[in-house]
Amino acid sequence: MSKSIQLHFELPGNDLALAGEASSKVKKTLNQLGLKPAVVKKTAVAMYEAEINAIIHAGGGTLAATIDQEKVVVVVRDQGPGIADLELAMQEGYSTAPEKIREMGFGAGMGLPNMKRHADLLEIESAVGQGTVVTIIVYL
Amino acid sequence: MKIREIAQVLEAKIEVEGDSLDLEIEAACGADLMSDVMAYAKDNVLLLTGLVSPQVIRTAEMLDIKAVVLVRGKKPDATMLKMAAEKGITLLTTKESMFTSCGKLYNLGLTKRGIRD
Repeated sequence: MSKSIQLHFELPGNDLALAGEASSKVKKTLNQLGLKPAVVKKTAVAMYEAEINAIIHAGGGTLAATIDQEKVVVVVRDQGPGIADLELAMQEGYSTAPEKIREMGFGAGMGLPNMKRHADLLEIESAVGQGTVVTIIVYL
Repeated sequence: MKIREIAQVLEAKIEVEGDSLDLEIEAACGADLMSDVMAYAKDNVLLLTGLVSPQVIRTAEMLDIKAVVLVRGKKPDATMLKMAAEKGITLLTTKESMFTSCGKLYNLGLTKRGIRD
């Protein structure tokens, strides 16, 4: 097994215009590595939704991406309010996003379903008051 | 339909030229909700939107959408212009509404759905 590539980003919670910077950089790296366009797009959509979520719901966090011979793993970690009812949050259309997020074109309750749709494997660990860890895996 | 022709049909202003105005576009997607665009958009589509936000350009970037039209006379902000230029995305603005923009393009042959079922 040859070496893997690791990327790590801080997600600032105070500038919504910057939301997506980390995903943009990871996407660029995936393209440079010559991964299949379908793999790149699946990863891009899922991680972008996760990044947006961390910024709007949790005031920021971190995004880490690891690429090896088999898969892309993206872990988005925050120390926000957590998700009280994950099953409810996974339903399309369920949203707790404030108005200013809707003005950005998000917050319609599509984020988590979108992640699930695009990721090959999606794992969400969340504890109320402690934060959320979203793990997205896309196989090459 | 080429991006250049789309601009002519909509009497659009070319705010950012992007990588190529000669790129052939086969399908279009009209939406203000970026999450919907991400859920359903196909490859190589035109995005028409009434939303002015850097996240429009970011969403286009994530989905490899090469051309975006802002409808109803909306003006892009400085961040959008800069981001579109950096990413090679064509950014157009038109005074037409969403409905008439879509109608005119459809009438002239841009009839494929920009979204999956």
